[in-house]
Amino acid sequence: MPSGELKYIKKSQLTKVALSSSKELTEEVYLISFKREFEFLPGQVIGISPEEDGPRRLYSICSGADDDEVKILYNVVKEGYVTPRLSDLREGDAIWITAPRGKFLYDDGPAYWISTGTGIAPFYSMFRSGLFENKRLIHGERFIERFWFSDELRDNFGDNYLRCCSQESDESTFNGRVTEYLKTTDHLPADYKYYLCGRAEMVVEARDILIGRGIPFNNIISEIYF
Amino acid sequence: MNKDRLFGKTLKEMQAIVKKLELPGFTAGQITDWLYKKKISHIDEMTNLSKSAREILNASYVLGLESSQKVQSSTDGTKKYLFNSSSEKFIETAFIPDKDRHTVCVSTQVGCKMGCLFCMTGKQGFQGNLTAGEIVNQVRSIDEWESVSNIVYMGMGEPLDNLDEVLKSLEIFTSDWGLAMSPRRITVSTIGITPSLVEFLEKSNAHLAVSLHSPFDHERKMLMPIQQVYPIDEVLKEIRSWDFGRQRRVSFEYIMFKDLNDTQRHIDELAKILNGIRCRINLIRFHPIPDTPLDSSSDETIASFKDQLNAKGIITTIRASRGEDIYAACGLLSTKKQMEK
Repeated sequence: MPSGELKYIKKSQLTKVALSSSKELTEEVYLISFKREFEFLPGQVIGISPEEDGPRRLYSICSGADDDEVKILYNVVKEGYVTPRLSDLREGDAIWITAPRGKFLYDDGPAYWISTGTGIAPFYSMFRSGLFENKRLIHGERFIERFWFSDELRDNFGDNYLRCCSQESDESTFNGRVTEYLKTTDHLPADYKYYLCGRAEMVVEARDILIGRGIPFNNIISEIYF
Repeated sequence: MNKDRLFGKTLKEMQAIVKKLELPGFTAGQITDWLYKKKISHIDEMTNLSKSAREILNASYVLGLESSQKVQSSTDGTKKYLFNSSSEKFIETAFIPDKDRHTVCVSTQVGCKMGCLFCMTGKQGFQGNLTAGEIVNQVRSIDEWESVSNIVYMGMGEPLDNLDEVLKSLEIFTSDWGLAMSPRRITVSTIGITPSLVEFLEKSNAHLAVSLHSPFDHERKMLMPIQQVYPIDEVLKEIRSWDFGRQRRVSFEYIMFKDLNDTQRHIDELAKILNGIRCRINLIRFHPIPDTPLDSSSDETIASFKDQLNAKGIITTIRASRGEDIYAACGLLSTKKQMEK
């Protein structure tokens, strides 16, 4: 949990913040940051709009609860409204944010954290907040360059960090999609929790696989990006 | 060049079109009349428009009505229509006759992003939003369109995840220049995306149905991932601030799952969280889908659940299952197979 006296943003209230950075990490995937002036729980989301009166979308926070900056990892949706405009913004430009919300939160027990793409954000937030004991992090992507934060995660998770790459392979990755890994791995303890985060297709397919492999559905916790 | 479709445009949009095409202003009303009140299949059939006006329209637009690709009929009279969307993806629509009441269950998206554990549509992922024209077309292009008395937005997709097009379709359904239906004969069903719910309630008079399925946070999260970000207590708080129960109704959909949400504890909690809301609960028998860990409650349990809720003062009914033999019943719509071909 973050500490210190910070300004708390009331629900439904939009707050204007200035971007301190905007980086294109890989093609059409951006990491933006701004000064943290509120408290949040790792795993929560905030609404963001590039305009005060414009539509806003929810994004998982991708930074630690005690970090000085709040970071958001997002994929540009070409036909979308918010992300193409966000990607045009630079340091010093304004965005409007909502209060943090959401209950996709850390749990003490042993768990698998399973994500694809930018769905790694809530797990990275938990990790950055020092909350990753007994956790195995599985991240799926198409290309190796898209395993953002890889060095940091490998250094801390060790063997409990697994990258599943569907379009490329090297000695440190599982060659295939996350769902393929879940179908074939021998180690899926039924008493673990399974946290899923990413696009609906992945979450639904992974959930079905886990249930099919004997995981009780009440041990599966899903966060869907929409 | 792909020509734009006239069908699905509002009167205001049509006025902008005729202005752009330098046609007389009154032409907009004539066109919407042809689109939504008459039965034509081509712009050339708009015979009260001048020939030159029709030529100008034909140069940039098509009528835009889409016939169904396939129709299946249930032994109980329900029909399931398959339509091709503009993005070459398929959607399903159910027509449910019941005495004088003829209901059409429309889809609003191809697939769905919400990932509810009990729903077949969610298993095909999300392939896109439907336009207002594609939503209205599901009513206008079925064989029985002239006898349709009710519309429910309970087909494929989450309506409030495609709010702009849903609101536009509601405007077409309910406006005098459109299909002129009463909004009291239209129900929009949602899992409860709070910001969009507020906008829907502000901008439409249609009835609201909310998928509840469990009064308990941890159970609802297992069934419906949306509970992580828009919990039902927040949805109920918003609903309490609106005037329901007279002209406009709110109902709660409750699929009955054996040993999961069908106990006395659930009855007590439902009565508690819905206290003070003028509403009704529709109990729905669960229609099993592949790879599901869920079973339906027995008919006896559902009947007892209904009686006990009624005894607590909450009007509760059991929704009849319709079209189960053609996979048109609640939670069974899916076009995954068509898209794999």
